[in-house]
Amino acid sequence: MFLKHTIRAVGAASVLMAGTAMAETITIATVNNGDMIRMQGLTDDFTKKTGIDVEWVTLEENVLRQRVTTDISTKGGAFDIMTIGMYETPIWGANGWLVPLDDLPESYDVEDILPAMRDGLSHDGTLYAAPFYGESSMLMYRTDLMEKAGLTMPEEPTWEFIREAARKMTDREHGINGICLRGKAGWGEGGAVITVVANSFGARWFDMDWNAQFDTPEWKEALTFFVDMMNESGPEGYATNGFNENLSLFQQGKCGMWMDATVAASFVTNPKDSTVADKVGFAMAPHKEGVSKKANWLWAWALAIPAGTQKEDAAKKFIEWATSKDYLALVASKEGWANVPPGTRKSLYENPEYGNIPFAQMTLKSILAADPKHCCEKPVPYTGIQFVAIPEFAGIATEVSQEFSAVYAGQQSVDEALAKAQALTNDAMEAAGYR
Amino acid sequence: MARAVKTRRKALNTALAWAVGVLIFFPILWVVVLSFKTEGDAIKTPLEVLTAPWTVESYGVVQERSDYVKHFFNSVVISVGSTLLGLLVAVPAAWSMAFVPSKRTKDILMWMLSTKMLPAVGVLYPIYLLFIQLGLLDTRLGLVVVLMLINLPIIVWMLYTYFREIPGEILEAARMDGAGLREEILYVLTPMAVPGMASTVLLNVILAWNEAFWTLNLTAAKAGPLTAFIASYSSPEGLFYAKLSAASTMAIAPILILGWFSQKQLVRGLTFGAVK
Amino acid sequence: MATRHSRSAARLMMAPAVILLLGWMLVPLTMTLWFSFRKYLPLRGGDLGWVGFENYVRFVKSASFWPSVQATMTLVVGVLVITVVVGILLALLLDQPMWGQGVVRILVIAPFFVMPTVSALVWKNLMLDPINGFFGHLARSLGLQPVDWLSQASMPSIIMIVSWEWLPFATLILLTAFQSLDSEQLEAAEMDGAGPVARFFYIMVPHLARAITVVILIQTIFLLSIFAEIFVTTGGAFGTKTLTYLIYQRVLESQNVGLGSAGGVYAIILANIVAIFLMRIVGKNLDA
Repeated sequence: MFLKHTIRAVGAASVLMAGTAMAETITIATVNNGDMIRMQGLTDDFTKKTGIDVEWVTLEENVLRQRVTTDISTKGGAFDIMTIGMYETPIWGANGWLVPLDDLPESYDVEDILPAMRDGLSHDGTLYAAPFYGESSMLMYRTDLMEKAGLTMPEEPTWEFIREAARKMTDREHGINGICLRGKAGWGEGGAVITVVANSFGARWFDMDWNAQFDTPEWKEALTFFVDMMNESGPEGYATNGFNENLSLFQQGKCGMWMDATVAASFVTNPKDSTVADKVGFAMAPHKEGVSKKANWLWAWALAIPAGTQKEDAAKKFIEWATSKDYLALVASKEGWANVPPGTRKSLYENPEYGNIPFAQMTLKSILAADPKHCCEKPVPYTGIQFVAIPEFAGIATEVSQEFSAVYAGQQSVDEALAKAQALTNDAMEAAGYR
Repeated sequence: MARAVKTRRKALNTALAWAVGVLIFFPILWVVVLSFKTEGDAIKTPLEVLTAPWTVESYGVVQERSDYVKHFFNSVVISVGSTLLGLLVAVPAAWSMAFVPSKRTKDILMWMLSTKMLPAVGVLYPIYLLFIQLGLLDTRLGLVVVLMLINLPIIVWMLYTYFREIPGEILEAARMDGAGLREEILYVLTPMAVPGMASTVLLNVILAWNEAFWTLNLTAAKAGPLTAFIASYSSPEGLFYAKLSAASTMAIAPILILGWFSQKQLVRGLTFGAVK
Repeated sequence: MATRHSRSAARLMMAPAVILLLGWMLVPLTMTLWFSFRKYLPLRGGDLGWVGFENYVRFVKSASFWPSVQATMTLVVGVLVITVVVGILLALLLDQPMWGQGVVRILVIAPFFVMPTVSALVWKNLMLDPINGFFGHLARSLGLQPVDWLSQASMPSIIMIVSWEWLPFATLILLTAFQSLDSEQLEAAEMDGAGPVARFFYIMVPHLARAITVVILIQTIFLLSIFAEIFVTTGGAFGTKTLTYLIYQRVLESQNVGLGSAGGVYAIILANIVAIFLMRIVGKNLDA
């Protein structure tokens, strides 16, 4: 009770201050995903509470990365808050480029943030970015097609089962593809998917001495399996399909199964956009029989403050607002619980109203199954699951995934692609001084 | 008889030319069509798209999400500003090249054009650092200067070719009458060069309007023109064809309309004096 | 003719343009050269010292280098050939008497006004997408299997997109050239018994030489630095990685400014080779 009053009083005071002093304006760079666009629409609530104005720079993911990385590494100061991912945060934090978020008020309840998310956004135990939404990967499937194929989806399917089910569901005459997976070049697109698939076949990117591992039988098996399965039951031209293309296919009822980000669940079950909203089931990301790691990745889009900004306090206030429990409640009151940014707070999953949503528990289970410190069956010298948290990774993995996409498009063989990936990765690691 | 053949040929030419014209224009037409459909309708087959109801829904969404007016205004300031500034620098240079040519004039011209071949990506870091030092980051002034420099060679070259067409005797006559250099440029040369300058201005406004690397990478919230506006619609989650189409239409419509209205000047501008 | 006074005045008037462009060229060039000899990794603490020619060697030794030079050349030459050949045919057509010439001309030049990012987005999504794109729908309605253009025919697709953007430019210049063709000369040739093909090659083509030169010159300048079209459509996959794109990958994706700068120096050298080559032909053709 007392706390509530204080907050209200502080809130009122800051509104007063803003009214009398100056209206501060912060600039935020963000990605053009649905949850962020919703946040943009709710900015007025923040401005009303704090008197701080917000200017948005909304960019497509690749452009955003290029833009914020240039700005932060040159200390350009164009932005007061940057939307960055789990890949950038530990690297930038280690460079001292981000303002540590270690003095968040008690009401914010840092402990409520899922531990995996907190770990992934920290360096040396210090939190450098607050998760706006978090995700793992899981399997989404069409319950009606599954039934038609005479199969029941286990909660933890194996890849062998998935391949079989995909073959049975495929009905090219009617435009139904048994399985849709990303094949698009780019480390965050097809690169992420093939990496977790490989993880679930027991492969890894590097051994403990930073030697590339594309010449191992695990990688060969994983890539061969992936290509064969997609050729049997995947959509035409999957080599250029990313998250968005697959989402669109699934929503139009053209996929039997789709393994992708858990956040996709709210899109495919939304009757406004999805023609199959009431026929979607969820299962854990698959794994190869006998391998303990599943194809679960872990990712968060998070808000961080570049060190050196003049408006650190205002920026912090915004982060506290946008990643708070209150923000979740605000979105829920306007758009319903299904549209709340998921995957960041324990309390959300304890909330019975949210727990009723069909995909909530599977999302939580998938996030909990992902361990960014131990991606793979074999030991690795890096953190990150579908990425390796070193600065060189984005460049290397984009080139590697371009080689793989060429396989998906039928332009080279699995062996050729793996050999090229092996050579270019070792070469880049040498250039960076690892080997 | 001959007349009939002529008419038939004309009809054939007309049909063929229109077919080709529509074919070339088709992608733009399709963008405009899709921009007036709902997201759900926009991905249907062409026939279904055409019969689906028309709506301005997507324009509303785009307007709500991004501040079109601000980006539009920035685009205007940057493209017009850089062109005018470029003109200011280029007119004297082109004048001296055209009327007081030396052995090296052609080399200088070619050298100027070759500066345009520097790969912009390679110098992003140096320029970015420079912009931070000079406090030009995310300012319209900074972009005006950069785009002026990028297009300066084209402006100089175009003006040079127009000026060269002006008979030197007229200038000499003016000089005999006691006109100074300034009068010569202001009262004799400029009026004669107005059409050429108009073409130059037009072409460079278009080039500056469409420049997408520097305008995107050197701006944030304040100075971002329409190229930055479009960057937030390229591949969001879910269906996006209608929104992308609406945003694209909004980004290209102003320059398309300007281009169409000033077609004649532009055509002359595009010829670079290569053809008389 | 020109007095010494007017010569020095002329120099003075040329000075601002020359100095500005010299600055615009030299400042980045010097910085690029400087970085190219340094180990400059922004994500690893910035400038880590002198490395001599290591970046240059590494850039060329990379498996992507020669393919990227080849891709650049394919793109530039492909677009030049298409725009010039189709441009001539189109100009020839537009030069004929017809109804509604003005409108047709408007339709034909429209692509020139579309910003490269937008035209790449439109082509990639609304046209070439095998599932929801126009071509995909068209193929299916004809009972054909839709083609995934951007992976199966990636370079031709990009050449087509870029050609679409530049065709108006080429067509307009060539059209103006046709219109200035001396009709008496053509008639005389016809009287002498020259057929349409002979007239085209012996009278029209030589007359067009200057216009074609201008098309090639201006387009090459812009084509060498094509970026947005590749960034949006294939992201450099499927053999569409040009030299410009490779530099982008080194500088921004791999965050290796030193290596990318070395690539930039190579690109400048390549551009200059092309420039000298162009200057030879242009110098000859533009003097008249």
